Amino acid sequence: MSRPIYYRTVFDIPKEELLAPGHGLCGGCIAGTIIKLLLKVAGPNTIVVNATGCVEVSTTTFPYTSWRVPYIHVAFENAAAVASGIEAAIKILQKKNIIDPSRKINIIAIGGDGATADIGFQALSGMLERGHRVMYLLYDNEAYMNTGIQRSGTTPLLAWTTTTPVGKVLKGKVQMKKPVSEIVAAHRIPYVATANPAYFLDMMNKFKRSLNVDGPSFIHVIQPCTTGWRFDPRIGIKVARLATETAMWINWELDNGEFRVTVTVPKRKHVKHYIRIQGRFNHLTDDDIEALQKYIDKEVDRVNKLVGKEVIGPVVE
Amino acid sequence: MESELWKRMPLNSNYAAAYGAKDSDVDVVAAYPITPQTPVVEKIAEFIANGELDAEMIHVESEHSAMSACIGAAATGARTFTATSAQGLELMHELLHIASGLRLPIVMSIASRALSAPLSIWGDYSDVINVRDTSWIILMTSTAQEVYDSIIQAYKIAENPDVLLPVIVAYDGFMMSHTYEPVYVASNPEIFRDYIPKKISWTTLNVEKPITMGAVANPDWYYEFKYQQVVAMKKSYEIVKDAAKEFGKRYGRFYDTIETYNYGNNKIGILTYGGLFGTVMEAIDRMNKQGMQIAGIKLRLFRPFPSQDIKRILEDLKVLIVIDRAISYGAPIEGSVAMELSALTYRESLDIPIYSYIASIGQRTTTEEDIMGIVKDAINLFERGKRVTESIYWGVRQ
Repeated sequence: MSRPIYYRTVFDIPKEELLAPGHGLCGGCIAGTIIKLLLKVAGPNTIVVNATGCVEVSTTTFPYTSWRVPYIHVAFENAAAVASGIEAAIKILQKKNIIDPSRKINIIAIGGDGATADIGFQALSGMLERGHRVMYLLYDNEAYMNTGIQRSGTTPLLAWTTTTPVGKVLKGKVQMKKPVSEIVAAHRIPYVATANPAYFLDMMNKFKRSLNVDGPSFIHVIQPCTTGWRFDPRIGIKVARLATETAMWINWELDNGEFRVTVTVPKRKHVKHYIRIQGRFNHLTDDDIEALQKYIDKEVDRVNKLVGKEVIGPVVE
Repeated sequence: MESELWKRMPLNSNYAAAYGAKDSDVDVVAAYPITPQTPVVEKIAEFIANGELDAEMIHVESEHSAMSACIGAAATGARTFTATSAQGLELMHELLHIASGLRLPIVMSIASRALSAPLSIWGDYSDVINVRDTSWIILMTSTAQEVYDSIIQAYKIAENPDVLLPVIVAYDGFMMSHTYEPVYVASNPEIFRDYIPKKISWTTLNVEKPITMGAVANPDWYYEFKYQQVVAMKKSYEIVKDAAKEFGKRYGRFYDTIETYNYGNNKIGILTYGGLFGTVMEAIDRMNKQGMQIAGIKLRLFRPFPSQDIKRILEDLKVLIVIDRAISYGAPIEGSVAMELSALTYRESLDIPIYSYIASIGQRTTTEEDIMGIVKDAINLFERGKRVTESIYWGVRQ
């Protein structure tokens, strides 16, 4: 089966803006970009459930809202459970003809890494196992950014955060990043993908595909955070692109069991290009970076084997 | 009473709760099993499996998700039901505040149970009393019939546009949840349709009219949202009474915010809640035979506290004995309802001594003899001129 492509060029992207301007996200925040593009794909027949986090607090300060679609925020750890309730309600109310049964309504749950991989993981796993037709979007900025840059399960190895400080004994996070999308894939749901806003057409095609499958779907998007990763707010997309160019972040999808890397990288960049532009990795020595490079090489090897051919090439610069 | 309209069935209070939910024609049920509530979930699953109830059941992975899913479903416009006990209620505690803050008319039955530690699966009201300040309307029932009827009334109350607050219907874990009583169940639940019509009276997530629910409210707005809940809770008092009155008129079974027994010119009153009221009534009969006239008062509505109705009763009494089934640790009066009554008597300048007793904690057996002993003990204190005491722990090994 070949991959369905819905958006080939920027001209294919709907003009409609369902995320109103004037929200309070940090200047240069990429989460706003991701959500804006998500809503363009989803359109107005959409209900959004948002876990507590950056996007939630920045877009819904009463009496203002940035959302031109129905939106609900309940708590930090339960977006998937709330979405389950909405999906069940729509199913039965359409059956009883209280909601127009001919209307297809997208239900999208949105959470950050803390809300998804840590505190809300149980609710997410429950929703996936029960098979609710909900798209779950994880915008992963790799720490608790809303509370002020504390480490989360998806913070990468060695990264500085306020709770993994760089001291005389310990320097940054001592554990690996939790492979949350692979854990989600283990639930054998119809569609799981990773995406990168620097490759926005790829990301939007994944959003669309995910809304079209019959059952739960999960999209894990990397979201460089100017505030927490310590880089110039102008270069968020550049940082995102480097993540994929160095294979720190690989864009793949698992569509009904079929695995493919959707953004191939024939010539890979050395990970130092990604590390050295971020303040959170300032303390890394050249040896640390080489160790990290070795880890990525192994990971690239694993993914290439999984695909059965070289989709991510060798380091050339 | 048995007629074409009602069939008389042996039901425990768990099943009565399930029948109440079914006959309210709920759309979505999200629940998680916990002793002693589990048979509610099982029964509802049976109803759906047999086609007796057309609803979506969400088999959530925790009570936290049960209440979250109920919030999502209610926010979409579904009539929503859940049930829990003890630790389950504690796990949802955070969401209880959110359900009421979002003004969603969810109904939940609680087979009340002691809280861990030490682990106890047995009945007391520690769980229910603990959610006192969550802005849920709380009904505490004494019979399986009352459980069934109260769940139907609960939707009438919750969905009233002047209320839009969630409602708890509580009953004793085990002593009621697992004991059978005859219950009159509607032969055809259609008889409730005019009483609780399916009309979405609250704001919902509607793609034709997008709104934002669960916004952030900073110090310039939060207070007003909370005050609106205060107003709704106050208004709900008359609406609870009206719902009971209309229910009585339509279906012939009458309830109020409180219930009295052997109440007349008696000067000593004994107040409690839940199934224990049955034991109190039995003890009152026995004391009556011994020539002692005692009035029984059952608190049916805990939130909003039925101050006006209780005030009327207290004006006639000389002594009030309160038996609490939960402990408010470190409070000036550790019996939670006794403390509320003390506040009420102070507010209304009523001159009546209140004797606070704690009993049936963790379902420690409390018999008619215990009730008679409590009455004797309180009268003794009263006659010795001791007006107010600390809570007395009846039957505990100190």
